[in-house]
Amino acid sequence: MTDDEVETYVGELSNIFEWIDQLSEVDTQNVLPMTRVVDVQLPKRKDEVTDGGARDDVLANAPETDDGCFVVPKVLE
Amino acid sequence: MAELTDLTIAAARDGLKAGDFSAKELADSHIRAVESARALNALVLETPDRARSDATASDKRRSSGQSRGPLDGIPLAIKDLFCTAGILSRACSNILDGFTPTYESTVTANLWAAGAVMLGKTNMDEFAMGSSNETSFFGPVTNPWRREGDNRPLVPGGSSGGSAVAVAAKLALGATGTDTGGSIRQPASFCGIVGFKPTYGRCSRWGVVAFASSLDQPGPMTRTVRDAAIMLGGMAGHDPKDSTSVDLPVPDYEAALTGDIRGLRVGIPAEYRMDGMPPEIEQLWQQGANWLRDAGAEIVDIKLPHTKYALPAYHVIAPAEASSNLARYDGIRFGLRVPADDITAQYEKTRAAGFGAEVRRRIMIGTYVLSAGYYDAYYLKAQQVRNVVFTDFKTAFDAVDVILTPTAPFAAFAHGELAGDPIAMYLNDLFAVPASLAGLPATTIPAGLTDAGLPLGLQIVGRTFDEETVLRVGQVLESASSVTAEPEAWWRVD
Repeated sequence: MTDDEVETYVGELSNIFEWIDQLSEVDTQNVLPMTRVVDVQLPKRKDEVTDGGARDDVLANAPETDDGCFVVPKVLE
Repeated sequence: MAELTDLTIAAARDGLKAGDFSAKELADSHIRAVESARALNALVLETPDRARSDATASDKRRSSGQSRGPLDGIPLAIKDLFCTAGILSRACSNILDGFTPTYESTVTANLWAAGAVMLGKTNMDEFAMGSSNETSFFGPVTNPWRREGDNRPLVPGGSSGGSAVAVAAKLALGATGTDTGGSIRQPASFCGIVGFKPTYGRCSRWGVVAFASSLDQPGPMTRTVRDAAIMLGGMAGHDPKDSTSVDLPVPDYEAALTGDIRGLRVGIPAEYRMDGMPPEIEQLWQQGANWLRDAGAEIVDIKLPHTKYALPAYHVIAPAEASSNLARYDGIRFGLRVPADDITAQYEKTRAAGFGAEVRRRIMIGTYVLSAGYYDAYYLKAQQVRNVVFTDFKTAFDAVDVILTPTAPFAAFAHGELAGDPIAMYLNDLFAVPASLAGLPATTIPAGLTDAGLPLGLQIVGRTFDEETVLRVGQVLESASSVTAEPEAWWRVD
């Protein structure tokens, strides 16, 4: 991000958070946070392999691969 | 006969069945329409060869008595957010440069299994973040509608702006959209078409590039309510690959269009009457209530007291989820990579080059509201407010069967008109977001025109998984309003 961009974002984000702050007007004592809209149990299944053996598919869109692996810059000295 | 591109999905289905034309002819007409409308920038990828081979296969099935139902041979456009096997799927972001999935989203797989024909991928706001289709890496989309006596290009709304334009300009008989906080309904309203957001969980999210996972929901965009019912039937269904997909039978949505809404209770929420709302929108809303009353419905005044808090809560929850979902774009496994000597610099350079301004803004908001010191004050608080908004709806639906509101607080605006004012842009979704937070089914129906001749939609919100009542009321509203105006085809190059 350039210094000019930082300047713009600071102004915009301050305005956005000022606007978001109106949420504090809502009394949410004893209100549970809502994480899902449909009241169902998440489905469960047996812990067994249902997928796999798709190495070529997984690597198909990688910018750089070598010998069946993703290539990244050196991360260990 | 009029041009094949003038048909609805229902009429095309009947014509194919009667042998009046072939799927190939239908596809060719739409391929030509797409090619002659590039000035609108509605499609970011055209797939004419695929369309022709889909159509030929459909004709072959039909001639051997193996037709797969109402969508067999119907040409559709697909929002770029849907992963399509072997076909570029970039969410209109530079960070997904060159991304060609090896798999197919469940919703599009369902449509192809039903015999639908693919015309191409539609333009959209980058990662579905926007309300004007101006944040796309591939440039803005232009609304086929213009103000009377004014040739300035207008936005189509967003994020499914390309899909809305493809349908409104008759480039496709229908298009897929996705709706996180109004991204189907607001552009449909701006372009004068029907947009339908199903209940969260009705259509699988698998293979749809994630924006805000607790809100994202695919849905149809069409020119009529009947077409929306037909297309929704082809998209919906349980999918074990999406843990929030609901295991419920998919009803025959078209059969729900009985035209009979006698005795149905329609709620009018006082809180949607906002200060500064253009009088023409308020009048249309009143007119819509009158039409439904004339059709035998009972109009009931209701209260949704926390409506005004829905939008700020959404702009905490959606960016929070987005910042987490978008962490996967690291330049290593897929998409854009800007090489650097060390991995941290590579992440930074890749993400700086890959994400546009609005996406970056939302990632910053999202990471901030999830950070240790601010989590309770923002994210947790917004989730609690979401529950309060949901409870408002729950209480209201004890007294009414559906709720009628305007779809958007204004009609289409000019390119650049709201640039530089993110909050003004967010206000586009003021009336759409509450139903998104509550996961409710909601549709927009073209109901009238502004004084300047631009389309306006009305929104119908229903109970969880009661898509059928929403569609039924929508069709009654559609017949009563009988908007027949169409944009002039000024964009056409033959």
